[in-house]
Amino acid sequence: MIRLAASARMVLAASLLAAFAFVLIGPILNLALWSVAERWYTPHKLPVTYGTRYWEQVFRPTGDAMASLGTSVWIAVLTVLFALVLSIPAGYALARLKLPMRALFMLMFLLPQAFPSVAIYINVARIFYQLGINGTVLAVVLVHTAHGLVFSVWIAAAAFAAVDKDLELAARNMGASPLRAFFTVTLPLAAPGIIASGIFVFLESLDEFTGTFFVGVPQVTTLPLLLYNAAMGGNYQVASITALILLVPSVLFMLFIERFLRADVLAKVGT
Amino acid sequence: MSLSQRHLALLLIAPGLVLVAALFLYPLCFSLISAFSKDGRFTLEWFAKAFELYSTDMVFTVVIVVTSCALTALAAIVIAGTLTLGENRWIVGTLKALYRWPLFIPFIVAAQCMRTFLAKNGLMNNSFVSMGLIEPLQAVSYLDWRGIIATFVWKQTPFVALLLAGALASIDRATLEAGRNLGASRLRVLIELALPQVMQTLLVALVLSFVTMLSVLSVPLMVSGSQPTMLTVDMAFRINAYGDYATANALGVITYLISAGAAILYLRRGLSQEAPR
Repeated sequence: MIRLAASARMVLAASLLAAFAFVLIGPILNLALWSVAERWYTPHKLPVTYGTRYWEQVFRPTGDAMASLGTSVWIAVLTVLFALVLSIPAGYALARLKLPMRALFMLMFLLPQAFPSVAIYINVARIFYQLGINGTVLAVVLVHTAHGLVFSVWIAAAAFAAVDKDLELAARNMGASPLRAFFTVTLPLAAPGIIASGIFVFLESLDEFTGTFFVGVPQVTTLPLLLYNAAMGGNYQVASITALILLVPSVLFMLFIERFLRADVLAKVGT
Repeated sequence: MSLSQRHLALLLIAPGLVLVAALFLYPLCFSLISAFSKDGRFTLEWFAKAFELYSTDMVFTVVIVVTSCALTALAAIVIAGTLTLGENRWIVGTLKALYRWPLFIPFIVAAQCMRTFLAKNGLMNNSFVSMGLIEPLQAVSYLDWRGIIATFVWKQTPFVALLLAGALASIDRATLEAGRNLGASRLRVLIELALPQVMQTLLVALVLSFVTMLSVLSVPLMVSGSQPTMLTVDMAFRINAYGDYATANALGVITYLISAGAAILYLRRGLSQEAPR
């Protein structure tokens, strides 16, 4: 009797898990099916003909998608550079130097993430329009940097805080200048955390839709905008392939994040 | 050295702050001024117009975001609870390997996934028909408010579950074991012993999810085309169709107030916890 109840529970748990897997994987599977469906219409439950015609169309060197991928990567690289130039000094100041109103400054970097962003972006677009930079790569990079700065500053501060102060002092005692101690000891030791923050900012920029939608149109078409245009134009194949391209870095990041972001750094984020 | 440490610190942090001020604080002031003024004078006209045109969408937005948060919390508690208290290693292992997948998937990709999955002849309905759960004629499209909620819950649950599982892993196992030894069921241990200790983490994760859902434009735009829709879509529409910044900004101020409401609920709970009991 007890055995029967136990196996009934087992079956129930397994079927719940199967339902969960279906809900979790089903949408992605449907996307993958659309990317290789050359013809798919009702009442067919599965694509009528399969093929890679749309993949060839998307990956054609002269196609829209390759141009958008180029634009997206270029914007993301610039955003990372920009964010690091701003966040390495800021992170060092927050972690190591005596800073008045430190908590307030930490909060300042969080604010752009803590407000509903659409209302902000429409006004940024208006300001950029008056400055004549709306629809340029610069405008998109600026918006992405402001959005990603909380990650890069907070993680950089945590990475610097996790570096042993005695190592810095040892370098200073041996006659290194403060700048030299920073570049030969502190920065290399904090590098894994800073690289992680860079990857974070890169992905945020690659995936960003709302800001680009208001600030970048119509001249700057990143991958998310291409996806949106294809989906709204009814081209499910191109939309699905673009979505799959965007999935690759996200999934890789999820698998490898723990290598870069060590627990001792992670524990200090936001403190 | 003439530069004091304090000045150096301010100098190092200044460029980052300038960017945030220019691209967040300045536009924020811009939106407030635009929402509350006409020809340089104070007015509530734009709010009247916003309420007249979009009061349904305001209720719709709040209902969707609150429902999504509630369902996300429920799903995350079930997942994190199973991960912490589950006794079957096989089930815990499978769940652990599965649940994190949507974590870093962009909202726009999630929206496209759901657009295909939840459609009338999407994979979900097709699978149900194949399994004999529903008749082909019963299949309906879920691409309306249900689709938006499904997408939000699908996308945000891993995030909340991840934080919650982390918090649950760090509480004292001995209390939980004691509860189990005294004969309490795992569900009871989870609800009465484990959850109260990690409520703070759960609330932080939910407030962050709440603001995120209020900010996302792509999901309501792509998953549900029809009326009523969420305020983010209305704002984009006012701008793109009419260039009507004043009403769009009034709607923007209303979304600030909605998210401030969530933040206040969270802060009040934090304060009442600190007060002596």
